[in-house]
Amino acid sequence: MTSRTDHASDGDVVRTIAALARLDIDEREAAALGRQFQSILKQFESLSKLDVTGVEPMVSASGAQSVLRDDVPVPSLPVDVVLANAPARVEDFYRVPKTVGGDE
Amino acid sequence: MSDYVSMDAHALRDATVAKKRSARDNVRDAFRVIDALDAKLHAFLTLDRDGAARRAEELDARLARGEEPGPLFGVPVALKANMCLEGVESNCASRMLEGYKAPYTATFVKRLIEAGAIPVGMTNMDEFAMGSSSENSAFGPTRNPWDTGRTPGGSSSGSAVAVAAGMTPIALGSDTGGSVRQPAALCGIHGFKPTYGRVSRYGLIAFGSSLDQVSPFARSVRDVELVTSVLSGSDREDSTCLDEPPYQSEPGGVRGLRVGVPREYFPDVLHGDVRARTQEALDALRALGCEIVPVSLPHTDHAIPTYYVVATAEASSNLARYDGVRFGLRRERGGLQGMFAATREAGFGAEVKRRILLGTYVLSAGYHDAWYGRALKVRTLLRRDFETAFEQCDVVVGPTSPEAAFRLGAKSDDPVAMYLSDILTVPVSLAGLPAISVPCGFVTVEGRELPVGLQIVGPHRGDARVLRVARAFEDATTHATRRAPVNA
Repeated sequence: MTSRTDHASDGDVVRTIAALARLDIDEREAAALGRQFQSILKQFESLSKLDVTGVEPMVSASGAQSVLRDDVPVPSLPVDVVLANAPARVEDFYRVPKTVGGDE
Repeated sequence: MSDYVSMDAHALRDATVAKKRSARDNVRDAFRVIDALDAKLHAFLTLDRDGAARRAEELDARLARGEEPGPLFGVPVALKANMCLEGVESNCASRMLEGYKAPYTATFVKRLIEAGAIPVGMTNMDEFAMGSSSENSAFGPTRNPWDTGRTPGGSSSGSAVAVAAGMTPIALGSDTGGSVRQPAALCGIHGFKPTYGRVSRYGLIAFGSSLDQVSPFARSVRDVELVTSVLSGSDREDSTCLDEPPYQSEPGGVRGLRVGVPREYFPDVLHGDVRARTQEALDALRALGCEIVPVSLPHTDHAIPTYYVVATAEASSNLARYDGVRFGLRRERGGLQGMFAATREAGFGAEVKRRILLGTYVLSAGYHDAWYGRALKVRTLLRRDFETAFEQCDVVVGPTSPEAAFRLGAKSDDPVAMYLSDILTVPVSLAGLPAISVPCGFVTVEGRELPVGLQIVGPHRGDARVLRVARAFEDATTHATRRAPVNA
């Protein structure tokens, strides 16, 4: 279990996690976050000491029922209303940086 | 105006329906109080003066035509800035959503408006509801009206202060791990988290979807019941919303009711005077004919880690939508991936980033089973703790927060200390149970009197029982009648 918190506080692990979360962080932030993770996860280690053999995970607080509506089409929000918050648009579309043949 | 400040929603509605006041008077008075106090308290992020004036005028006209007035007719209400009201800015106190105007109105806001309530604006909060003090707001903290050097609690900070300072008689917050109960306690008002699923989340900007619950603040229990009856009921737009009719009050007193007191709710970190006020509250319940029963919730110590694993996991997923494409902030840097990362770096504050990273970590390959998978199982154990306790008692009672309002800045550099302030509210959230914080007296800290809250927890769907106990307690005590020492 110790290895787990050590891992999380490692600057490299922090940077990997940040990349997964699409967050840019610099060296200084990575180091600070690593330290904070270590103290947070240390508090959390008590979880590993519990015996949870045979315990079902609780995935919902309202009972894991499946709810389906009748398959009846209803009007969507007007396109202009939805696109009013768009940082950039072209006609009825969101405009984003080039994704094919670009730098990624 | 002194009339307005002293009336609860029931009294204000009755006076308005009796035409002693108009809806326009109510809106005028609400903004007078806000304008007089908010430079000091910073409860609001956005005011909707035009929308409120328009609705008030409509309501007055409808009453003049002889139309039947709704149960919240003419009552001003404050909404937390993570709630959607079409055309009004709701920015979650984040740079990420600065300028974002909701394209539609939340189900629960629609229900308030249909009942005759008048939204006056959106209140300050910890960014994306992550925090317990309002210090994580990107736009500066809200201040406690009992002592402006102190936090009002959080994350629904501005809504609690709006009610405590007399700006609006009622307000809505959202409670994920205590974000309504804790600020209610620290501001000396009532804050009620219904059973998870009792109120639709459609139009509530998500933080932790298996925990988030829209919850009212009020200065009287009868107002809590009234607002809950308006908000609750099934909604086709939210599949987690319980398929039940709206809340109905349960008549009667509390004689013979078994009040469970968990020994784990009196931890070492509990402030001595908070312990004393809780004990006095238990004495008051005993005097009302309740039987006090010691119970145990043995997994309580594991609630904070469980909560912070589950809530951050859900948050990391929910907040993935803030990528600069469809709404909110955009920072361009190279291609699409560069835009995502630059936008999120610039838009999120430190605590939000910390929680997204923690959540991403506990869900990532190699760590998922050890952290997230395990936390979900411990969540089951925490729920079972309550189920076992409720075999021996009808409600569980304890303090809401381990201490009264702390100084702004006292914990802002220490995430772990801040997380521990939720120690008494998160177990209830994880179990999805209904709970209210009611005012239960005052403690003196550094020469200032500060309010303390009592938490009353009920079994799943036991909302009416919780509020029946709260009503009896309110009737038997005078704690809830004292107003914060701010004058408009």
